[in-house]
Formats: sequence, structure tokens, C-alpha cells
Amino acid sequence: MSDLLVWVVALPLLGAIATVAWPRQGRALGVATALATLGAALGVLAQVMDGTSVHHELGGWSPGLGIGLAADGMAAAFLAMTAVVALAVSIHATAYFAPGSRREGFWPLWLLLWAALNALYLSADLFNLYVTLELLGMAAVALAALGGGRAALEAAMRYLVVGLVGSLGFLGGVAILYLTYGSLHLGTLAAALEANTATWGALVLMTTGVLAKAALFPLHFWLPPAHANAPAPVSAALSALVVKAAAYLVMRLWLDLFGPAVTPAAGMVLGTLGAGAVLWGSWQALRAARLKLLAAYSTVAQLGYLFMFMPLLMVQAPGPARNAALGGLVAMALSHGFAKGALFLAAGAVQQHAGHDRIRDLGGTARALPATTFTIALAGVALIGLPPSGAFLGKWQLMAGAIDAGQWFWIPVVLAGSLLAAAYVFRLLGHAFGPGERANAPFAITIEAPALVLALLATAALGLGAAPLWPLVGGLGAPS
Amino acid sequence: MTLATSLPLLIVLSSLIPGLVIFFLPETAHRLRTSLNMLGAVTKLALVAVLVWGVSQGHTYETAWQLAPGLHLVLHADALSVLFVVLSSLLWLVTTVYAIGYLEGSPHRSRFFGFFSLCVTATVGLALAGNLVTFIIFYEALTLATYPLVAHRGTPEAIRGARIYLAYTLGGGALLLLGAIWLQHLAGPVNFVYGGVLDALPPELHPQLRWIFLLLMVGLGVKAAIVPLHGWLPRAMVAPAPVSALLHAVAVVKAGAFGIVRVVYDVYGVEFTARLGLLTALGVMAAITIVYGSVMALYQDNLKKRLAYSTVSQVSYIALGTALFGPLGTIGGVVHLVHQGIMKITLFFAAGNYAETLGVHRVREMNGIGRRMPGTTVAFSVAALGMIGIPPVAGFVSKWYLGLGAVNAGMAVWVVPVLVASSVLNAAYFLPILYRAWFRDATAPWPAEHIPARRLETTGALLWPPVITASLALLTGLFASAPFSPLNWATLIASREYGL
Repeated sequence: MSDLLVWVVALPLLGAIATVAWPRQGRALGVATALATLGAALGVLAQVMDGTSVHHELGGWSPGLGIGLAADGMAAAFLAMTAVVALAVSIHATAYFAPGSRREGFWPLWLLLWAALNALYLSADLFNLYVTLELLGMAAVALAALGGGRAALEAAMRYLVVGLVGSLGFLGGVAILYLTYGSLHLGTLAAALEANTATWGALVLMTTGVLAKAALFPLHFWLPPAHANAPAPVSAALSALVVKAAAYLVMRLWLDLFGPAVTPAAGMVLGTLGAGAVLWGSWQALRAARLKLLAAYSTVAQLGYLFMFMPLLMVQAPGPARNAALGGLVAMALSHGFAKGALFLAAGAVQQHAGHDRIRDLGGTARALPATTFTIALAGVALIGLPPSGAFLGKWQLMAGAIDAGQWFWIPVVLAGSLLAAAYVFRLLGHAFGPGERANAPFAITIEAPALVLALLATAALGLGAAPLWPLVGGLGAPS
Repeated sequence: MTLATSLPLLIVLSSLIPGLVIFFLPETAHRLRTSLNMLGAVTKLALVAVLVWGVSQGHTYETAWQLAPGLHLVLHADALSVLFVVLSSLLWLVTTVYAIGYLEGSPHRSRFFGFFSLCVTATVGLALAGNLVTFIIFYEALTLATYPLVAHRGTPEAIRGARIYLAYTLGGGALLLLGAIWLQHLAGPVNFVYGGVLDALPPELHPQLRWIFLLLMVGLGVKAAIVPLHGWLPRAMVAPAPVSALLHAVAVVKAGAFGIVRVVYDVYGVEFTARLGLLTALGVMAAITIVYGSVMALYQDNLKKRLAYSTVSQVSYIALGTALFGPLGTIGGVVHLVHQGIMKITLFFAAGNYAETLGVHRVREMNGIGRRMPGTTVAFSVAALGMIGIPPVAGFVSKWYLGLGAVNAGMAVWVVPVLVASSVLNAAYFLPILYRAWFRDATAPWPAEHIPARRLETTGALLWPPVITASLALLTGLFASAPFSPLNWATLIASREYGL
């Protein structure tokens, strides 16, 4: 049954090829691919639900020679979240791109991006990880440029340069590891790794490279223009999934691979950068003049929370407290994936209806687009971290972990970040509920419904039904 | 699922589901919306009646659901939660009738009644919360559900009032959350248990427990409008009258006061709180609030503002009763939770009637209003006299037990003067209103007569709710010792808390 691992990568790849071959059928092929891939991803999730992990060696080559795929609970959780968000993005995109616009370009790139994401979650060796990172970066840049216009192209260019430099850093680290240990397989390397200068050099190079792609403060500068100027479905994918995949990779490397080399002090560095991201990103989101820019800065902030878990995980001994923090980290990441996908798709609906996304001029939106406004409010609940939402459970575990680890200083950051998030969400809602003349729009199901479903997943579903996540990701990174 | 495990959940859902449906109704579906509202309110009341009967028979009802390791959503019915649930579902029914009449023909009614239902859902949820996490979840939900109601009119003043409300309550919520997480770190998952759970902790943790108590009290004190955390309440007066009634009598302010009672009795334990030296501090803050609110009320010419400051003062009676160690003080505080609700909702209904019928917003415009609107004014007078503490209205019972409790706790030296001073001040800001209403002649035409006097002084949906709640205030006072009366139930709670 480990064939499913191949299918979750192969299906979107085949879909991408099909949409190139039959561009006129792009929408139908895209949605069909999305449904099939979601099925495969949920299949993988079902296989690891009992706490095991699955492996697959492509073509039957032994580990280290062929392409190896592996899924544990954390990988499966990200795989499934990605598939759900991707299906919503696909459905939204069928209606978003007007006929004759760049929609033919969208489908192959988008499905390629998805294949790269899935491959990244599942890759069991470092060279494949490098390949998926490059593929992901290229597809993301091309999609970001789809918006056309000077701002979008400039932002895409900057995104491209940062992505290339980041990949180079990662590749440099991979080369050092290969020269030192003679292997690229994650499992083999993890067993052989020692804390020495070479390992440290590799750790710094690889982490910095991936952090640039994850837009961790202060390497976030490229993200807001790139995410804010892309078409809404693309922004949703970039903000909810692509940067999160990079963050996922950092977690993987630190928890699985570099276990012997990373120190609490190194974790502290990541945590401090994360705290900076939370405060700076939230503050900039509060000052943003445009809805999509607000959403983009909010992504900078929300990614920060994920890295604030690192200093806790570095000092906590394996046990219930550490597992609680790990589960909190994943709940937070999934919650943000759903919520940010919802927010950007809703922003797309607002932009299409109003013709702009200037926050000041959004008066009357609540009356014209009640379902979309409701979506924004629900997504806001998850971004602030109010109950019920995955982020509430995540923040609870983050603060509980900080108390447990004696790292009190993170708590004011979490609380301040949450209050700033409340300020930017309610500023937006205040304008949306304000007076303004707007034509009443009928409920556009393909545009509005996917976002609403994502928002409900971030809040009601994850807020009340996230308990299975903890056993799912429990053992990760614990010494075996 | 049996009734024992599903009843608390059903009580929460009975307003949640109609609320969610109402959001999606078109503005014009007036009849359907009204039916859904009433169906939800009546269903909830019927389910609550089953609950009351069951709890009085000694049955236990609990719905539990795991959210994460160490975090459970627990809905549990004990004597205290039943008291609050009965109060909120009864007053919700009355307020729904009132709101339907009040908002007749105004825009955005689907949105209003949707949030209105969510608001009572959150209130009932926190009343039934069986642990601190569940309480916080519904406490935050209450903030979210009331914000759009305060902002409902959409005027710049309403938006500003709502924003201030949000800043206060979310800030308080953050501190409450921190306190809860810290407490869970020390004591494990905190369930609400008679007599509290914390006195088993080793003494070296006591300083931390004091800090946590402060965090929790500040978080709860914001909603309970304890000075100096009360600033949002007078500004939230811009909300429509049914919302004010809900805010002051049923939901928000009450949620804060109820939370204080819960934390003191069922988390820390009243005896342990006293040993930590925290009860006196709480009592002093409550006393300051009582006097301050009354003094501020004296200076308000706007009727709703005067009532708002009166709420600031009156709700702290509940905190004061909690701070008086001993069953009598407990009874006084807990019973006031109900009595203040019934009386204050009457006052706000009446104020809303004056504004909607005659355009009267200020005290000085109320000359001779008793003759024009006798039903409303009788209701207002009964509630006002009750607030002052004149027998046989319910407020007298509260103050009587608070006084006895103070003597019992050996705190009579300063608590009794506070009670007396507050009653004098209550009289000073309520009696002039009654004097104007009944004994002065109308000197000017009414500012804006929207509803002409026919057979009734105003529409039935506006008139009957205050008349009913005023009768309740009178009846709970007159029949205070009858079975199932608030006083009777408060005595039951006190006997369980003190293990008598």
C-alpha cells in the first residue's frame, strides 16, 4: 500500500502534463486532479493514523541509491492539509480567472507546484529535497508573475533571486554533509551525524537557505509584495502552503537530522527571530493599506509562532510535555494554512466585487458579500488565536511549553502578537461593516464557498476536533 | 448518548443552531425569523426545566470532549451553573420578545438576531462550563458575539464604543488565558469542584497562586466592570436597548461576576482564598467599585448612562458577597446574581420604552412620564426601589444577606457602612427620577413621539417584558423562602460550598 506515496506526487505531476496537452480542458482536468490527489493524501493519512510510518523505494532500489519516499504522522498531516487547501484553491480558480486571461498558464504551474510540495513532504534524502525545493521555487515564482503588471513582475524577480540564493545555500550544506558522511539519506545521516565544524557549517548554510524561502524575519522582505500582487488563488497557495513547506523543512532538519548538532542556544536564535516576526509582521499588517498586503504581513507574523516552538523543543526532554508542544506546533501550522487560504480566497472575492482591495474603501462589503465577510471573520478568529481554532490550542501549548521550560519571556510576545492580530482583524471588519453603497451580489458558490469551508476547518473543525493530531505527531524527533 | 451526557450540549445547541440559521435568512423573512427565535428560546427553557428537575433530584449531567492533551471541553451542571442557566434562558426569552418589538422595521435584523443567539449560547456555555478551559472558550466567544451587537447601529459613536469594548475585553481575556495556563502548569487540568482544588498544593507555590489569582481577577474584572476596569461599560451604552439589557443583566457583566464566584469557590476554594489573604483584597476592590459607581451615577443626566454606572455599582455586590467568608455572605452574593439581573433588565427595558415611544433619553425630560406611560413606569419604579433595597422587592433580600454575611465574617465595621452609603446613594439617584415621573407635570412636549398612545401606552412587545420582569422582581422578593426560589437555590449552593 506504500504505492500511495508515489501517487500523491505523481497525480498532480500527471495533471500538470495533461493541462499542458489539453489547455482548453484545464479547469476540468485541474479539479479532477485535485480530487484524486486529495483522495491519495487522505489515504496516506489513514495509513499512518496508528502512529506508524510508511516508506517506499521507487523502482525497488535500496535506500541511498534510488528515490526514497517516507511519510510519518507529521508529513501526512501536512500532506492532507495541503490537499484540502489545494482543492479549495483549484475550485476557486475555475471561476477566478476570466476567459482569455492567463488561466491557461495557471493550471500546469499550479499542479507542478503541488507535486513539488508533496514531494518535499515525503522526500527521504537530501538531494531529492534540493530538487523539490528548486522545483517549488520555480513554480512559485512563475505563478507570482501571473498577475502581470510592473509590481507583480518586480516582486516575482526579487522572489526568484531570494529563492535561488536560498537553494544555493541549501545545496552547499548538502555538499558538506555528503563529503563528510558519504550519504544523503536522511535516516543514514541522522544515525551518523556528530557535532563538529562541518556539521555546524552545513546546519547554518541549509537553515539560512531554507529560512529565506520561509520568509522568517528579517529575511521576509520579499514576501509581502510577492504575495500581495499575485492573483488571489496564487496568493492563497503561496501564503498558506509554500512558505509553510519551507518552515516544515526547517523543523524536519532540526528535529530529525541535526538532532546531535543543534543546541538550546541555536534554538534560542530561531525563537528570537520568530518573536521578531510575530511583532513586526503583526505591526505591519495593522498598518497595511490593502487587504492582500495585510494578509501577507499576517503570514510573516504567523510563521514566527512556528519558530517560537523551537527553543522549547530543544530543551524539553521526550515526554508528554514535549509531545504537547509538538502537537501544538502542528495544530498551529495547519490552522494557519486553512485560515490564510480562506483569507486570501475571500480577498479575491472582495477584490473582484469591489474592483480594489483598499481597506479604507471597503464600506458596505458586509452587506454586499455576507458569506465572504463571515469567512474573513472566521479566518480572523484563527489568526488571532481565539477559541475555537487550531491556533488557540497551538498558542495554549506554546505558552504552556514556555512556562514548562522556564522561558517566560516568550509569553508577552504571544499575547502582544495576539492583541495586534485582533487589532488588524477588527480594523478590517470595522471597515467592512461600515457604511458604503455597493450592489448586492448573489452568493457565488465557486468563488465564496471554498473559502468558507477552509475558514470552518481552521476554526470549528480544528478547534474542536484536533485531539488526534497529538498521537499522530507524538514521537517526532525523539531519540530512538 | 444518553440524556445524562447530552443534555448540557443540547441546551447550548438550542440557541446556537437557530442563531446560525438566522444569519442566512433574508431580511424580509420576518415571520420565519421570529418563529426560529421563539422556538430556540422556548426549547432552551424546556430543556433547562428538565435540567433543574434532574439536578434537584441529585442526577448529574455532563458532556465531555477532548480538545488536546490536558484540554477538555466539559459541560457540567451543578447547582451554581443551574442558577445562572435558568436566569439567562428565562431572561433571554423575555429579551427576545422585547427585541422583536424594539427592532420592528429597522435594518440588519437577521444579523442582529444571529449574534443575539450566539451571545446567549456563549453565556449558557460558560454557565455550564465544568473547567477553566471551557469557561475561557465561551468567555471569549461571548466577547466576539457581543461586539457586533454593540456596533450594531454603525454610527461612528457605536463603532468607537464597540472598539473600546473590544480592547478592554480582549486584553482582559489575554490575562485570563495566561492565568489559566499558569495554573494548569502548577495544578494540572483545573476542574470546577465544590470547595476548590488548590489547597492541596505545597506552600512554596502560594506566592505564584497569588499572582495567578490577580491575573484571573483582572481578566474577569474587566467584564464584571470592577473599578478601574469599568471604562468600557458606560461607552457601550450606544448599543440598542435590548443589547444593553443583555449586556448588563444576562450576559457580559454577569459572566465576569459569575467567573469571580467560580474561581473563588470552585477553583481556589473560599477558605483557601481567605488563607491566602485574597478575600479581603477582593472585598475592598468591590467596595470601592460599589461606592464609585453610585457616585458617578448621581452625575449622569442621560438615563441609560445613569443605569450603566448603577450596574458598575450593583454587580460588585456579587463580588462583595463572594469576599465575605461564610455561608450568609455567599448566599447574599449568589442570590444577587439573579436579583440584579431581573431588576436591571427591567430598568433597561423601561429606558428603551421611553426612548422608543417618546424619544425621552434624559432624566430631565421625564417629568410627568408616569401618567403617559403608567405600565412602564410602574415596572421602572418597582425595579428602582428594589435596587435601593426597599422590601419586599428582591434587592432587599440581597442586601439583608450581605449585611448578615458581613457581621458573620467579622467585617461589619467597614462593609455595613459601605452597604448603607450605597443604599443612600442609590436612593439619591433613583428617587429623583421617580419623583419627576410621578409627581411633576409634563412641562414640554415629548422630544419625539414615535408611538402614539392607543389602548396600550406603547406596543405590546415593548410593554409586557418590563411588566413581567418587574413582577418577577417582586415575586422573588415576596416568596424568597419558597422552594426553587433564587434564595432557596443560593442557600443550597452555599451549603454545598461549605460542606454543610
